[in-house]
Amino acid sequence: MMILAEITGSLGSIGYGLAAIGPGVGIGIIFGNGVQAIARQPEAYGVIRQNMILGFALAEALALIGFVAPFVFGA
Amino acid sequence: MANFISLAEVTCKFGDQACPFPAPGAGIFEWRAITSLNLGLTSIDITKPVILALLCTVIVSVVFLAAFARPKLVPTGLQNVVEVGYLFVRDNIAREIMGKDGDRFVPFLTSLFFFVWTMNVMAIIPVAQFPVSSRFAFPVVLALIVWFVYLYLGMKNQGVVGYFKNIAFPPGMPIGIYPLLTPIEVLSTIIIRPVTLAIRLFANMFAGHLLITVFTVSAWYLLNLTNFVGFVSVIGYLGSIVSFFVTIVLTGFEMFIQALQAFIFTLLTAVFISSSLHAEH
Repeated sequence: MMILAEITGSLGSIGYGLAAIGPGVGIGIIFGNGVQAIARQPEAYGVIRQNMILGFALAEALALIGFVAPFVFGA
Repeated sequence: MANFISLAEVTCKFGDQACPFPAPGAGIFEWRAITSLNLGLTSIDITKPVILALLCTVIVSVVFLAAFARPKLVPTGLQNVVEVGYLFVRDNIAREIMGKDGDRFVPFLTSLFFFVWTMNVMAIIPVAQFPVSSRFAFPVVLALIVWFVYLYLGMKNQGVVGYFKNIAFPPGMPIGIYPLLTPIEVLSTIIIRPVTLAIRLFANMFAGHLLITVFTVSAWYLLNLTNFVGFVSVIGYLGSIVSFFVTIVLTGFEMFIQALQAFIFTLLTAVFISSSLHAEH
């Protein structure tokens, strides 16, 4: 088989970089809108913070799976 | 001292100029057995994480027993301090998510929160310096406990058939969407929930410990360069000082992450329990 393109080196780092794009955007949206919501309605701070952290945790899990995968499946 | 596997094999000595950077990898989480318990068929290796986990159990139990063994109406001393923690879990997690129903689960959530937190905090306690939850088995067991609890509560409150029917066919959806929705819902409730619960805690502690170790090792390694003369030595000193300060800053950041992860773990447990108590309408 002819190899047209090949990447060598630390593929895990590249994989983590790719895996972090989506959660990065997501976490930005979550906290941006959370801060906006708190600014508009400061008395709802408790509920907003709760849901903000919840959404953050769910989005962050994807990036962390990307971080752990190279260690688990070998570099 | 050199109890872990990878760095112990690095033969470089301090001041050795031909030494490559000993980058810490997954090996720093593998510990040699301190002693082995022989149980006939199998044997259990006692490693540092196991001892730390037992220590965490003892610390949490002793603190709570000492505080609440003879509770007083007007709390004093230790009871005052521990009550603040208990009230934090009750007001910010249980009641916020489940309302008054949550009061029944406050003892469970409190034990979970403080146990996870103590396991995480072990990362920055001198001498211990290892987050117990960065060994995957510990978060897995905790996530399994949570999994059994919310499945049991769901089956108890909504009936065995009713619970699984509510998971697979959430009411109030147009009929055409069920072929798409049912596999996603079943997969996410039964499998993805406990898996991500365990992975989130494990990966955060794993990443944090690795990050601190990288900067600690590089502070040591760059000091090594100071054996050269002239410019390289200056760079070595600067790099070493910067790495050392980054280590300190990261330690502070880790303290925040440890509390946050314990909080998120407990919060998600409360959310799962809450979804088991009442069917969605």
